[in-house]
Amino acid sequence: MWAGFIFSLRQELIVTGIIFLLLFIKVGATEYKTAVILNLVNGLLLANFILGFIGCQDSILFSGMFHTNKLLVLEKNILNLGTLIISLQAYDWLKGHRQVLEFYLLLLATLVGFFFMISAGNLLMFYLGLELSTIPLAALSSFDLEKRQSSEAAMKFIMSSAFSSALLLFGISLLYGATGTLDFDTIGQRLDGSAFQLFAFILLLSGFAFKISVVPFHLWTADVYEGSPVTVSAYLSVISKGAVFFVFIQVLYTVFKPLAANWYRILVLLSILTMVTGNLFALRQDKLKRLLAFSSIAQSGFILAGITGSSRTGDASVIYFILVYIFSNLGAFGVVSLISAQTGKEGIDDYKGLYATNPLLSWVMAISLFSLAGIPPTAGFFGKFFLLMAGVGKGNYVFIGIAALNMVISLYYYLRVIKAIFMESQPEPIGKLTIPFLPNLAFLICVAGIIMTGLMGWVYDYIYSLSIGL
Amino acid sequence: MPNDAYIALIPLLPLAAFVVLGLFGRKSLLRLSGIIGTGAVLISTGLSLWTAYRYFAACLSDGACRLITPLKVTWLTFSPGLSIDLSVILDPISVMMIVVVSFVSLMVHVFSLGYMKGETRFGTYYAFLGLFTFSMLGLVLSGNIFEIYIFWELVGCSSFLLIGYYFDRPSAVAAAKKAFIVTRFADLGFLVGILILSFHAETLDFHTLIQRLTGPSPQLASITRASFLGISLLSWGLVLVFIGGAGKSALFPLHIWLPDAMEGPTPVSALIHAATMVVAGVYLVARLYPVYMFADPAVLRVVLYVGAFSALFAAIVACVQTDIKRVLAYSTMSQIGYMMFALGTFQAAGEENTLGYTASMFHLFTHAFFKALLFLCAGVIIHRVHSNEMKDMGGLRKLLPLTHGCFLIACLAIAGIPPFSGFFSKEEILLAAFHANKFVFAVGLFTSGLTAFYMFRLYFSVFWRRQSQDVGSHHGEAPLTMKIPLVILAAGAIFAGFVPFSRWVTYDGAPGKGQGIGGFAIAPVMLALLGMLLAGFFYQKESARPAKAAAALGGLYKFAYHKFYIDEVYSFITKKIIFNFIGRPAAWIDRNIVDGFMNLLAGVTARISARIKGFQSGRVQDYALYFFAGVAALAVLFIYIYT
Repeated sequence: MWAGFIFSLRQELIVTGIIFLLLFIKVGATEYKTAVILNLVNGLLLANFILGFIGCQDSILFSGMFHTNKLLVLEKNILNLGTLIISLQAYDWLKGHRQVLEFYLLLLATLVGFFFMISAGNLLMFYLGLELSTIPLAALSSFDLEKRQSSEAAMKFIMSSAFSSALLLFGISLLYGATGTLDFDTIGQRLDGSAFQLFAFILLLSGFAFKISVVPFHLWTADVYEGSPVTVSAYLSVISKGAVFFVFIQVLYTVFKPLAANWYRILVLLSILTMVTGNLFALRQDKLKRLLAFSSIAQSGFILAGITGSSRTGDASVIYFILVYIFSNLGAFGVVSLISAQTGKEGIDDYKGLYATNPLLSWVMAISLFSLAGIPPTAGFFGKFFLLMAGVGKGNYVFIGIAALNMVISLYYYLRVIKAIFMESQPEPIGKLTIPFLPNLAFLICVAGIIMTGLMGWVYDYIYSLSIGL
Repeated sequence: MPNDAYIALIPLLPLAAFVVLGLFGRKSLLRLSGIIGTGAVLISTGLSLWTAYRYFAACLSDGACRLITPLKVTWLTFSPGLSIDLSVILDPISVMMIVVVSFVSLMVHVFSLGYMKGETRFGTYYAFLGLFTFSMLGLVLSGNIFEIYIFWELVGCSSFLLIGYYFDRPSAVAAAKKAFIVTRFADLGFLVGILILSFHAETLDFHTLIQRLTGPSPQLASITRASFLGISLLSWGLVLVFIGGAGKSALFPLHIWLPDAMEGPTPVSALIHAATMVVAGVYLVARLYPVYMFADPAVLRVVLYVGAFSALFAAIVACVQTDIKRVLAYSTMSQIGYMMFALGTFQAAGEENTLGYTASMFHLFTHAFFKALLFLCAGVIIHRVHSNEMKDMGGLRKLLPLTHGCFLIACLAIAGIPPFSGFFSKEEILLAAFHANKFVFAVGLFTSGLTAFYMFRLYFSVFWRRQSQDVGSHHGEAPLTMKIPLVILAAGAIFAGFVPFSRWVTYDGAPGKGQGIGGFAIAPVMLALLGMLLAGFFYQKESARPAKAAAALGGLYKFAYHKFYIDEVYSFITKKIIFNFIGRPAAWIDRNIVDGFMNLLAGVTARISARIKGFQSGRVQDYALYFFAGVAALAVLFIYIYT
């Protein structure tokens, strides 16, 4: 019995184990080598990733609080992989940082939070997981200890989060009032679509929408991304967002199934708003981090379009897209992170003539941006195509047309960056940078992921075989 | 034909060249890059010709051409009932296209050996050419609508790289970006079209898609029953796919990128903007032709009128251009208009008459030769004169004798003078139009006269007009590598018309009857001759024309006797009427309305963007306010309004 218990919880246990290990080092060891810590954490994350491939059975623990099945394990593994890539990319930055242990303590705490949130079978469990990840994230945002902007970002993040959590909690309590239960399975049976329940649902939805930066709940995104260390922005934009999307789609497809007709309309509206707003704001940005922030908002809109498909295809395409999105966005953020760590430059104009001095970084950036823009044969194209295909299932062609149009608009600002890198020059371009081994490896993983995930059909096939429909 | 897996090598060889040159072409293989690129395409061309020979030989022995799928890999099962395969298919048009694409690409590769010699990014240039050739060959061999879209975008990307090759010129960068974005805008139609068609047909495979959407099937019932704005989804899907094709093929009003794209190196224009990429749209419509024939005739009517209008519009604009490459660009647009409206002639022609399809493909085939030749000749001229402007040229016939001859052949071919290749294909198109729609036939006829006029205007301005320049001090016309492609393409421009095309290329594979043209040809040829004479009359004499040139023109000289009066009349007709009332407004509409609309779109977007930037004030209490307002708005909308 214990073996099965540990086995079902293995991902959470390993990450928690790493946290305790780091804590013991922090308390016990008087001195330690940063490089050793970094390699240790990366190694354990890699081990966790590999262990994640071992099959598992559907099981329910803690009297329905904790669910696990193959799909959830896969989702956690995707997040784990993303965290590993970010950790590899941050090698350079962390090596010079005084508080490496604290960084990982906070980072891995958020990861455990996401894991529990994904496996939640109960609204309370879900809320606990969410908060376990939110509060350390705010602390992480202020990790550029010398920069005032970084503390400002953390402040904004924690305030906005508190506000959204309050509304979310209000929604949960209303839902409890309406249905008399917090259990996901039972809530679904007791929903009837009354105005009261709808209101509770909207509050819950706005809590989700805040985390995944859906317009009009997105305003914190750009400021926090800009102020936080690039590594943290990257984490926020892919892991945090990906995890919440995983939960969101599950909750919508299972718990709120009876309200499907209602949330379909809401999601269509929010999706259009998010895509259009994200793209329009991104058009004029001069700073890469802000551009990537708005682009990630626009990408959320696309994911919502896939969710509206309300089918097995919808679920599979969202998970597939998030996987691809992790590779593409981390490729782009990795380049920004490396350049920012070594030169401090973050403006698009600073990138002029980058190709002449750093061809490798330029290609990584170009491939990642092409994937974000959805240009074949990168995986980003397949991801977007599948999302739209899922959306078409509902027959709302105006909506799909708008989504496709947004793909063209987004191309415009991605091309701006590519143009600056490859086709423009400046008197003093960024000099030749040295890329340490681990960040280089991370780039390799990202580029390989961008190219291979699209071409290897079985990735999608596998995800599809695990997905759930409405 | 068993054991046809080697066909995959046709696109893969240029890809290999791209990979090798992309990795090593900048340094270690810089000098060899031209040879490597050309060698890969040479083998591809050989394989294409071999495939074509075997395929059509099999057609002859079987009595009809069949669709062959030599390669098929199931790539993923998207959802039950919709799996995506990657496949290579051979049918008459794809075999014809691989020959055209690889052959023209080979000519351009060889030509560039001389033309681009000494460029610092020589290796990169050949790498890009390889990528483009790969994408284009992949596009024509695709057996799957999803696969074709991937290659379609790859073609767009590689053409973006090639147009922007001279990236130190801001105009080239702007042109590359414009081409990419405008075609991408059109591809949006294509993408939505694919989504609609494949979702309802429950397949992405061309063959199955065509079967399901042209015969009684549940899929057909579902797609025709569903409608949007009162038009069935089948029609929507097809029109959207056509919009994608129109963008790539530079049809009105999506043509605005093509003239600007001339900023790329001239051999690139020969490859991309003459023979291959721009005909992809025509190819796409041809690929789905059975569905177009089956659907609401209004869809093909859209194809018909858009094609005919583009043909006429571009021909008129071409008459007032002064940049040699822009004249050729508009002429390409006009010829593609011909191919498109030929496809559109079906609906009125009766079930059995699909002459338009064959004629369109035939014109695509012959056009590739003479238009590539024209561009390469323009390359030689520009190489020598160092200018694109016609006013800097003139009297080049002695200086560039071979180019002169080739250019003349190409002009005769495009003007439709027998026995040059353009004659046969254009006559077939006009014949198809004659049976289908008299109005479009008249437009086509008039346009063919205009074509002769503007092409010979170009010809005379470049090679005659001025005193022939001194031959004494020149150092050769061009290197051999530039001359050989000209001669080969000139041979193609002369003889391509004799290929018994209509017997082989029909929409259903059954051998065609090969309709005779006969007496029908008299009117178009006369009109073309008139256009030529008119052009000669004006442009040969506008400068201080020496007596020698006058004598060379012989018969025309008699006309010149009435020089003043006729000059007035013609100058009134051309300068005052054609230029002022038609050409200029057409150019004006092009510049101000069409371009203006696109600019307006960009401007409005920018302005809205600047306006809403104010919401992003950076104050966290404002954020909370918006957050709360968002919740309230959602609650009101969805609780009280929608339920």
